[in-house]
Amino acid sequence: MFMILGYPAPLMFGQLLLGLINGAFYALLSLGLAVIFGMLNIVNFAHGALFMLGAFVAWGLLEYLGIGYWVALFLAPLIVGVFGVLTEKLLIRHLYKLDHLYGLLLTFGLALIIEGLARNQYGSSGMPYRIPAALQGATDLGFMFLPNYRGWVVLAAAVMCLITWLVIEKTSVGATLRAATENAPLVQAFGVNVPRLITLTYAGGVALAAFAGVLAAPIYSVNPNMGANFIIVVFAVVVIGGMGSILGSIVTGFGLGIIEGLTKVFYPQASATVIFLVMVIVLLARPAGLFGKAA
Amino acid sequence: MRLSRRSLLGTAAVAATVPAMRAGAQTPTLKLGVLTDLSGPYQDIGGPLAIAAAQQAIEDFGAAGKGMKVEVVSADHQNKPDIGANVARQWFDRDGVDIILEVANSGVALAVAGVAKEKNKVYINSGAATSDLTGAQCNANTIHFVYDTYMLARSTGGALVKAGGDTWFFITADYAFGHALTRDVTTFVEQAGGKVLGGVRTPFPGTTDFSSFLLQAQSSGAKVIGLANAGADTINTIKQAKEFGIKQKLGGLLVFLSDVHAMGLDICQGLVLTESFYWDFNDRTRAFAERIKPKAPSKRPTMVHAGTYASALHYLKVAHDMGVAQAKADGAATVARLKAMPTDDDCFGKGVIRADGRKIHPSYLFEVKKPGESKYPWDYYKLLATTPAEEAFRPLNAGGCPLAKA
Repeated sequence: MFMILGYPAPLMFGQLLLGLINGAFYALLSLGLAVIFGMLNIVNFAHGALFMLGAFVAWGLLEYLGIGYWVALFLAPLIVGVFGVLTEKLLIRHLYKLDHLYGLLLTFGLALIIEGLARNQYGSSGMPYRIPAALQGATDLGFMFLPNYRGWVVLAAAVMCLITWLVIEKTSVGATLRAATENAPLVQAFGVNVPRLITLTYAGGVALAAFAGVLAAPIYSVNPNMGANFIIVVFAVVVIGGMGSILGSIVTGFGLGIIEGLTKVFYPQASATVIFLVMVIVLLARPAGLFGKAA
Repeated sequence: MRLSRRSLLGTAAVAATVPAMRAGAQTPTLKLGVLTDLSGPYQDIGGPLAIAAAQQAIEDFGAAGKGMKVEVVSADHQNKPDIGANVARQWFDRDGVDIILEVANSGVALAVAGVAKEKNKVYINSGAATSDLTGAQCNANTIHFVYDTYMLARSTGGALVKAGGDTWFFITADYAFGHALTRDVTTFVEQAGGKVLGGVRTPFPGTTDFSSFLLQAQSSGAKVIGLANAGADTINTIKQAKEFGIKQKLGGLLVFLSDVHAMGLDICQGLVLTESFYWDFNDRTRAFAERIKPKAPSKRPTMVHAGTYASALHYLKVAHDMGVAQAKADGAATVARLKAMPTDDDCFGKGVIRADGRKIHPSYLFEVKKPGESKYPWDYYKLLATTPAEEAFRPLNAGGCPLAKA
């Protein structure tokens, strides 16, 4: 058999693909974080909890209302997005003028409250959520057996990342948004409602987290801790990519997924730490992150 | 002198405890501490229902009617041995706790055993798996009540090897529990003429995607993939194995009722697992499940909850027998009495506690029902085989526990 570094090639290709799939989640989550940080200057520690909330809303829609996966894929981000609007208007809004630390503390507290409530209500072992009928089964790629659903996750995540990037970098809405973060009073003078723009940006970033949550529901156990497991890694991804860099978080998300996947073959014990190792190295070599601009 | 609000509150608190302490001197209060996972992956295995189970034991024993004052306190060990040991120390030193119960998570369990010995208190573990608690690391203050890695290895491991699963690959949670379970299953597989082809150690906690490890297991060609993990980890592994169409037999070495409930029967059907308690096993277990139902209507007790109940009940019987003041005074002496008195409760029936601290009772090999076979909520298991109490656990002299030789 054809070997790579002493491992059978099919195994290696399989691991690369799996890394890419996990990378899709990292990319989607860190994208939302980067959008929120880039535009609002808020380090949104509640992101993991909102990811979990997305999965729980999808589960709840099915359990209580009989609404299936495909509708939930749109509805859950919308519902969580509305929740985002409320938190931005009621709480986060008051912190823009203050140090980053306050936003971090507020959102971290929010995360603890949301996760604690979910745990009280639903316990920790989670809820069953089935893969939608259309995506059940798997495709034999020759080197591995790819579940159709995982293929869909990569595709959906990549498309969503592309759309977000296009909206922010290439449309007039995105241009206004970027201008507003540079100089809000000036943009406001042109008749743009900047506070509303900011609220919607936060809602958008949060909706991305919920979207990732719905994608994750059929694969991972839908449990209150699911976001907490991701959030630290995702923060590392954002730091490595460069805080606030949209493209940086997408590329780094997928890239680190692959690095982590390979670590799972060579030295599985370290698979939870390898990303932080990369983070340390990147911070030493390029303090602003791979794609970040030095302040 | 400037009187701050804090020192004022402190003085008030001390003043408030003085009468309570005086009252306590007349009829000493027994304090049961349930140290459990209230926020992590083992919360449904132990957690709030374990606290309720200890309370149920007090009610069923009729402590108030016998003139005994018993109180339950609880804390979250967060799956961290240092936090668990600190809580134990604080409970014993400051809060007057007499016995620690439950303690799911083997790493925390071993740490607490050390503290119980140092402070000469009583510790009955019903949540952790490591057989080291009654092996090399046993002590005269510790009892291991419900199950251990040896019991699981012998029952589930033995059955799978017998069914033709003679080559194994392990997915091991990288801490005390996973290591002990892998070690004990390996012994059985090799004794039966089987072979272990390989394994991976996965970071704990924090691993959510097991597909990479499953593919490694698949390419190893082993007939059985042994899952030396528990709770949410096991759920994720089994779910993802189904998704990736893994054809090999999955050896769920430690699967609880709450895990089966979380995955659903369509994913779990046919899975073979070992427990020493199932709520729907006989009239006594059903009676217990019915009594505790008002405390958690949407759940059914796992073997850990049953063990917390049964161990608290046994402790109360002994404390009543020897006198509360004596039971509070000397942990090792109380544990000796716990070992001397045979146990009898609704969950496990009649049993005994051996010199090494191992409580013995039969273990049951169950198969998870198909969705069509399940007739009512939580109707999940059918019995495949029973291992009698004398054979279910490691022989007394084989564990390397110094107490066993005495």
